[in-house]
Amino acid sequence: MQIANPKQLNKIRKEYLAKQDQYPKKIMVCCGTGCIANGALKLVDAFRDILKKRKIKGFTVEALKETGCHGFCEQGPLVVIEPDGTFYSKVKAKDVEDIVEKSIKKDEIIEKLLFTDPVDKKKITKYNDISFFKYQKRIALKNLGKISAHSIDEYIAYGGYQALAKVLSKMSQDEVIQEITKSGLRGRGGGGFSTGRKWKICKDIKAEAHYVICNGDEGDPGAFMDRSIMEGDPHAVLEGMMIAAYAIGAKQGYIYVREEYPLAVTHLEKAINDCENLGLLGDNILKTGFSFSIKIARGAGAFVCGESSALMKSVAGEVGEPRAKYIRSVVKGLYDQPTVLNNVETLVNVPIIIDKGADWYKKLGTPKSSGTKVFSLVGKVRNTGLIEVPMGITLREIIYDIGGGIIDNRPFKAVQTGGPSGGCLPESQLDLPVDFDTLTEVGAMMGSGGMIVMDDRTCMVDVAKYFLEFLVSESCGKCVPCREGLFQLLKLATKICEGRGEEDDLEKIEKLSDNIILSSLCGLGKSGPNPIMSTLRYFKDEYITHIKDKKCPAGVCRDLITYEILDNCTGCTACKPVCPVNAITGNKKELHVIDQNLCTQCGACFAVCNFDAILVS
Amino acid sequence: MINITINGRIVQAEEGEYLLSVLKREKIDVPALCHHDAVEPYGGCRLCTVEITKKEWNGWSDYVTSCLYPVEKGLIVSTHSTKVNEIRKTILDLYVARHPNSPEIKELAEQYGVFETTFETIADGDNCTLCGICTRICDEMGFHAISLVGRGHGKIVAPPLNEAPPDCTGCLSCALNCPTNFIKFKDEGDYRTIWGKKFELITCSQCGKKTITKEFAQYLSDNRDIPYEYFEICDECHRKQTALEMGKIANWTREEQS
Repeated sequence: MQIANPKQLNKIRKEYLAKQDQYPKKIMVCCGTGCIANGALKLVDAFRDILKKRKIKGFTVEALKETGCHGFCEQGPLVVIEPDGTFYSKVKAKDVEDIVEKSIKKDEIIEKLLFTDPVDKKKITKYNDISFFKYQKRIALKNLGKISAHSIDEYIAYGGYQALAKVLSKMSQDEVIQEITKSGLRGRGGGGFSTGRKWKICKDIKAEAHYVICNGDEGDPGAFMDRSIMEGDPHAVLEGMMIAAYAIGAKQGYIYVREEYPLAVTHLEKAINDCENLGLLGDNILKTGFSFSIKIARGAGAFVCGESSALMKSVAGEVGEPRAKYIRSVVKGLYDQPTVLNNVETLVNVPIIIDKGADWYKKLGTPKSSGTKVFSLVGKVRNTGLIEVPMGITLREIIYDIGGGIIDNRPFKAVQTGGPSGGCLPESQLDLPVDFDTLTEVGAMMGSGGMIVMDDRTCMVDVAKYFLEFLVSESCGKCVPCREGLFQLLKLATKICEGRGEEDDLEKIEKLSDNIILSSLCGLGKSGPNPIMSTLRYFKDEYITHIKDKKCPAGVCRDLITYEILDNCTGCTACKPVCPVNAITGNKKELHVIDQNLCTQCGACFAVCNFDAILVS
Repeated sequence: MINITINGRIVQAEEGEYLLSVLKREKIDVPALCHHDAVEPYGGCRLCTVEITKKEWNGWSDYVTSCLYPVEKGLIVSTHSTKVNEIRKTILDLYVARHPNSPEIKELAEQYGVFETTFETIADGDNCTLCGICTRICDEMGFHAISLVGRGHGKIVAPPLNEAPPDCTGCLSCALNCPTNFIKFKDEGDYRTIWGKKFELITCSQCGKKTITKEFAQYLSDNRDIPYEYFEICDECHRKQTALEMGKIANWTREEQS
């Protein structure tokens, strides 16, 4: 069936909702990549088996939903019983029977599957009472965990494609652009450029063709917001692209997804196919004369292909190397035609803005950074995962309210934002509002939304070295400052970590960084020195201690530390067998000793000691 | 034509032409290792970076590679400002660290006062600066026999799968245009070897000297509409032949006149 007009869209919606209303309860099984890795698909099978065998009043397989990612992957697999919002974590296939018998047939809660708050150790029954979810404002992630990830009917039923219908039937291209510009939406991929302005520039250029590309090449280590959206709400991405295409006059769109995201590719492919079957993609969409189709371009997972000009080369089938952008890609992009490249998260905000209006959207966030931002909160916090918060929230609120504070109550040391080319911020910056401009001002950046929390056992020189290693291996190697400059920065950081640092090294780092920033070809090189510059800015003392005292205060750099066993050793012998070089001697129930000549500072003993009897210094 | 200012002097230029060609025309010496007039600019070495500003930028300036920057009205360019020289010096310093044995790099670096690198020298650093002139020329010739392979610090120029490249015709465009003479080839007797592939050379039917490879002659004859036989005589003998023909024509004219 092809949908001929917005009325038919509403009909599908009403019919589907009426069908769903028959079921007083629904089982939502999270089928994001994280939960699947932990066995979510086994749960789905188990539920299906039981529901096939048993007849339950008011409940059938139709009420079992495979949803997108909730973002709380570390607690997965997750099962939520709606409409009550009962939240079960770390569910196993053997628990399925219990869930059906107790929580579906009856209204009982299964205590052992409830989430335990890491701070007050209390069991929490409902989704919305968990601090990880409670303080979030879910706009871009609104459908994740709430609807079945691969059903177009469900997407339509919960308001999907209404914005598209509105745009096609009631708004001119300029009105769409004005609305998006007015909303203040800025690029969520890291650049922070006004989305509306980008569209306007593109639309105003006369050309053979205009293109829309969705950037799903999320390459920051630990970041998975775009993946989750593409997997869990693929239609929102398509709808955003369709609206963008209408606004700029594009007939062809591409979604650039990395090959490492197979589930995202599968779900997007299905979504595109479903849209084509319903006449939401293809020729003469909703019989309004607007034609648009979308292809998926798969990337091989090079970090640099997230950069616009490299990405466009890769889409065109060439080697993904950036070019100088003295002529911007919005003017001359894919196949040298004007091209709008928007990030996944930017695009899913678009239908919401059209639906609810720019004024509504502008009320969220700060005057210069409106709306919300999705972050991937990881590191030494108690609750890790994907979160969406209004712009302007403080780092402290994110880390302590949503994240539940630092694991083991250790002291907070730094938070790294913005992915590998972002920066590290210390405790003194924790009360800063999180928005595009503030983060850039203090030497970090919003980036695509990575957020890594570090405690006092993290060495900042080592952190800089880690990110430089990543950037050096991901540099495309086209331009010298990035290829050779970042390589030499890494050499300098390694030298300091290994205790070979010299006094003028810091000055050398600063000078080299300055010149890399000024002379690199693309954003990767220009922001490459950020990890070392920002750690040097806020943690200079730590660098100096490494260089002058040859010590690593955090106890991380192997060449600068020693492990010693203290008097409170109980002689439990736990450490002895884990030492790879047999450097630990001692009898049971007697004080153990580490032979410093043999010790390689691997830290294995420290990790297994249950009595805090091993001192790193 | 538009007016731009370079180092305080007003200069005429075509709107949209690349700044480096204006600088070259005006005989302003700016280093450019990855630039070659035969191929599209690349922007890899960054040595041709200059400082640009405009009146309306209110004192703000930017650093751009002149090889890729299209000139526009009112552009004010400094090719050797303190900051520009510092950038070039840093890049050359990095080059010297990577290619400690290259005389070409050494000479250029010394012009900017870099006599030894301040960075860690790459002991096994070869002389390939990854400027991509060879691969771009090869593409331009229509062969696509070699390319830049890999990424970052481990990037190299290589034929596909590091095997003798099937599309190479042994034309030597890569080797003869390499700014650091890194690409090696060997002409021995009837054969030429480059990129691990052996080619048979044509012997000039007149003087017996070796000319181009059979593959290259075949390629030119197939694609440029030149008969293969043309390549069986070397350039020098072609010229001798032409002179002889011209002489004959002159003689006829003389004979006719007398």
